[in-house]
Amino acid sequence: MATTSYATGANAAQPDAATQIEIYRRMNLIMQNDEASRKIIRSGRLMMPYYSQRGQEVIPSAISVNLNDDDKICTIYRGIHDMLAKGVPLRALWAEIAGRVTGTCKGKGGPMHITHPASGAILTTGIVGSSMPIANGLAWAAKLDKSRQVTIANFGDGASNIGAFHESLNLASLWKLPVIFVCQNNRFAEHTRYENGTSVDQISKRAAGYGMPGITVDGNDPYEMYAVANEAINRARDGEGPTLIEAMTFRFFGHVFGDDDFYMTKEEKSAAMAADPVPLYRAKLIANGVATEEKLAALEADIAAQIADAIEFALASDMPPLEELTRDVYAEQGVA
Amino acid sequence: MSAAENKIETKKITIIQAINEAIAEAMEADPKVIVLGEDVADREGGGVVGVTRGLSTRFGDDRVRSTPITEQAIIGAAIGAAIGGYKVVAEIMLMNFTTVAMDMIVNHAAKLRFMSGGQTGVPIVIRMMTGAGISSGGQHSDFLEAWFAHTPGLKVVMPSNPEDAKGLMLSAITDPDPVMFVECTRAYFTPYETPVKVAPIPLGKAKVTQEGTDVTIISYSEIFLRATAAAAALAKDGISVELIDLRTISPWDRATVIASVKKTGRAVIAHEAVKQFGVGAEIAATLQEELFGQLKAPVKRLGAPYTSVPFSGVLEQAFIVSVAGIVAAARATLA
Repeated sequence: MATTSYATGANAAQPDAATQIEIYRRMNLIMQNDEASRKIIRSGRLMMPYYSQRGQEVIPSAISVNLNDDDKICTIYRGIHDMLAKGVPLRALWAEIAGRVTGTCKGKGGPMHITHPASGAILTTGIVGSSMPIANGLAWAAKLDKSRQVTIANFGDGASNIGAFHESLNLASLWKLPVIFVCQNNRFAEHTRYENGTSVDQISKRAAGYGMPGITVDGNDPYEMYAVANEAINRARDGEGPTLIEAMTFRFFGHVFGDDDFYMTKEEKSAAMAADPVPLYRAKLIANGVATEEKLAALEADIAAQIADAIEFALASDMPPLEELTRDVYAEQGVA
Repeated sequence: MSAAENKIETKKITIIQAINEAIAEAMEADPKVIVLGEDVADREGGGVVGVTRGLSTRFGDDRVRSTPITEQAIIGAAIGAAIGGYKVVAEIMLMNFTTVAMDMIVNHAAKLRFMSGGQTGVPIVIRMMTGAGISSGGQHSDFLEAWFAHTPGLKVVMPSNPEDAKGLMLSAITDPDPVMFVECTRAYFTPYETPVKVAPIPLGKAKVTQEGTDVTIISYSEIFLRATAAAAALAKDGISVELIDLRTISPWDRATVIASVKKTGRAVIAHEAVKQFGVGAEIAATLQEELFGQLKAPVKRLGAPYTSVPFSGVLEQAFIVSVAGIVAAARATLA
């Protein structure tokens, strides 16, 4: 069942023009948001552990256009791109990373724990591998409800070496859960190069051990990513069970903000950045007549304005009141 | 009221049956209550000691689901399903096996409500059994409640008898937050006269089972039965014991414990877990904070020695707090 032909070829789903533009909008939103985040941290106006998603824009953008609002996602600390693509509102996101009471989690979660159930953004975990067991549970609930909702479990290549990955894939396959495991393989687990930490050359091969389809896809190609996600999501909705997607990508700015990338060569980093998927896809949309330069420029300006508004909103918002320190430990207040 | 009107209908049941009845009643009342864990369905025997026996036959295999041996995936599935609108009773067969699901329990179940600013609560019950005295050795017998009571976001419940087990389980299942429900294997098999109808018992409420004036003995789980026997022995010597079954370890019933010790001036705390850094330490510290100057003797703590649960029967019996030990500790507070 380890596959190479999944969702490719003549039968592959193709995004229509509006969807192609929507994928670009999400990619550009993620890119601009990441740039604004790094800029504000550099300026010293906000302080946080920040895991740049720059370079990984395609994956959640091309997946999420296949999702409904009530579908769920779980992600990890490098997950703000997943959250934005699923529709977490910018103002609440920025207020959260600024630690303000108007944030998605009243400032109590921070960038590593963005949660916004109204958008289907259920979990951001700071623990490698832990998005998967919980995604299974959301998928189990959907299956019991017969709702046809699906859940996306995002994780990195490093997470495929932790026990939770293996336990989760086994249970999801055994129970035919409507869950899609999306490994965003950016080729480094913190500072460890893929081949120095992983015993197989493709993580998708591990799917065979759990009796589910696995496919490696160019996670920087919006068309391939869309087609593979579309098929996996449809399978899950139709009760045919989970899929493991390994989406190949590259993170441009290391593990965490401030990382000096000593563990990678300048050549491979500059080659990856030269193949930046955002401008490449933009050029393709124009070349193929899907969108005009003017249309995309207007869309980008609109995103820039939304981000500027969100930052302004966040910084003008109140800090959480001190009562929040012990609120939400339990549903009932004052339990200890 | 006449005696006849006072009469409560009872039957003899064990803790195993009591918990089974509580889960069944909860499942009957709410179709969103579901059960998962290793061997919990009837095809696999309804649990290793039969706590969930009959439930899958009655409520269907979708609602009572046997799992592989996969503790992280079990608790993860419970958390996700709970966020997805279900009330989940997850069985982790033995308390020591929680260690392989610790990330799910401590980093996720316990924290998700807080970290999400109240958006994603996790209404799950994690059931487990444990206890020395059945020759299971070092990895199948530990009482680890202090770890979980030290984790904000979790509740910890430890009943000593079938009626409490049933009433507390009913409350645990409807509780909006994660509850660690710890069952002592030694206490499982003894039948007790138990009311046929048991109302939910609020979590966090201790039970004063015997009023007294000389010394307060505070305990929980199976050791509480030993504390009860110790109180009877002390009564023969004219020592009046006030006996408190804590029932819930977190949140614990400070008010009841403090009021009792304020009255008696003396306290003995007994549990099976190792004494060092145990629940007894928290209670003793609270008593000196609240009642310094009113205590007539130092607070006594009884727990296991700082060692692993041994296999050999002689060592194993010496590991567990004894009736004689509780009696001696109570006497020491009166010396």
